[in-house]
Amino acid sequence: MPIVFYVAGAVAVVATALMLTRLNAVHALLYLIVSLLAVSVVFFTLGAPFVAALEVIVYAGAIMVLFVFVVMLLNLGQEAARAESVLLRPSMWIGPSVLAGILAIEVIYLVTESAGGTAGAAVVGPAEVGRSLFGPYVIGVELASMLLLGGLVGAYRLGWRRPTRPEGR
Amino acid sequence: MEAIPIRDGFALAGVLFALGLIGVLVRRNLLFILMSIEVMLNAAGLAFIVAGAQWGQPDGQVVFLFILAMAAAEVSVGLALVLELHRQYKSLDTAHIDRMKG
Repeated sequence: MPIVFYVAGAVAVVATALMLTRLNAVHALLYLIVSLLAVSVVFFTLGAPFVAALEVIVYAGAIMVLFVFVVMLLNLGQEAARAESVLLRPSMWIGPSVLAGILAIEVIYLVTESAGGTAGAAVVGPAEVGRSLFGPYVIGVELASMLLLGGLVGAYRLGWRRPTRPEGR
Repeated sequence: MEAIPIRDGFALAGVLFALGLIGVLVRRNLLFILMSIEVMLNAAGLAFIVAGAQWGQPDGQVVFLFILAMAAAEVSVGLALVLELHRQYKSLDTAHIDRMKG
């Protein structure tokens, strides 16, 4: 069923284009989340269910939560309240909802059509990915862990607020 | 059940990457630039998945996992920088944040 691939791809492109043209950061984030979910469906149709799940968990879950936190931290006071009242208006959430609904219909279709059906491509499951990841690519895993440690230390250092320094130092 | 042609997968990845690039070049808000970079990283990962699916090898997915780890580290540091810049300049407009010192 290549049609699922093309519809999900179209949803991804439309959501990304809408994201770029939003003025409010929260609205743009909604469209970006829909775009990432659409790419996740594309991964599933390409026979990569493990990566599709990771895309939802890590990208649409963890990374987007970071973005939402920062947006909420930056919008303080009256501006935030105004943004929230705008957010509750239907015209603001109807677009992302429609696009996400298309993706939901696709996923239901994929699940009911055939058990774990993908579009002709051979499914490469988590077991194979894991064997490859901890076999020939194990040095990459080590380097990625070093990178994440660097990111952790860097974010901690940047977020650290300097205490008022005693004079004479 | 015919397979998806590899050309279409790469076309989708290319369009998404171009959209992200346009976002980086056009938008002037740091948050939007970071989001556009996420889109570009995602498109690059999509290209790897398409190529991996074409030959039925797990290598494409492995590389996508590395891209995922890299994106997570980049976003955490980038957002910490955004918070710091907002604290210093009270603005996220790159036109206002063009001095390295002072």
